[in-house]
Amino acid sequence: MKWLYLFLVGLFGGVVGGMGMGGGTIMIPALTLFLDFSQKVSQGINLLVFIPLSVVALFIHGKNKLLKPKPALPMIFSGTIFAIISSIIAQYVKNETLQVVFGYFLILLSIFIFINAVWKKKKSKC
Amino acid sequence: MFWLSLLGGVFVGVCNGFFGGGGGLIAVPVLAILLKMEEKFAHATAILVILPLSVFSAVVYLISNPLNWLEVLWVGIGVIYGGIIGALLLKKLSNKALTIIFAVIMLIAGVRMVI
Repeated sequence: MKWLYLFLVGLFGGVVGGMGMGGGTIMIPALTLFLDFSQKVSQGINLLVFIPLSVVALFIHGKNKLLKPKPALPMIFSGTIFAIISSIIAQYVKNETLQVVFGYFLILLSIFIFINAVWKKKKSKC
Repeated sequence: MFWLSLLGGVFVGVCNGFFGGGGGLIAVPVLAILLKMEEKFAHATAILVILPLSVFSAVVYLISNPLNWLEVLWVGIGVIYGGIIGALLLKKLSNKALTIIFAVIMLIAGVRMVI
């Protein structure tokens, strides 16, 4: 039965991600809360699963000529370095601590999204 | 522009590496607002940025956290189906409702993780 739950969590994460809303931010809590994976394992799974998904997406976006790699190159350069450093640091943080920090991150993010949505609503009413 | 992109990359990288995801939530605004890309180009290019970051981060996580690959496979299959459904749904549902629902789910998830 566990395979079904794994599939459903993936499905849920994929739907949210497919709508362009950052599927990982929902999938990681789902893996941790419903499937009892440790925070680092959930984060690792999210990273892994993103790879084939993004390859396919990039292929489609590339065909539709939606990619602008040049401005992004510096970002990729610094991003890679800091991603590696941050991932290594994360391994030294306790799972429980990482989970709590991630939780606060989600709370802040949701507040930011609320504010953004309300602000956009006000703008369109003007 | 170069420096903005470079600086933006730092934050995307830190988010992606430390939280195992969510880098796109920083990458898209950086590309769209700071680098003045049109929304859809920003969303597409953000994936281009996050992919290499995720590969390197994944390697680090995998070294330290052995995974059951069969379990990962099931999640992956779900994600692919979900991705297709989500992309199709996107056209049909209202933006505002979606965003609010998403934010509420996030808030609940966040609180559950903290408690």
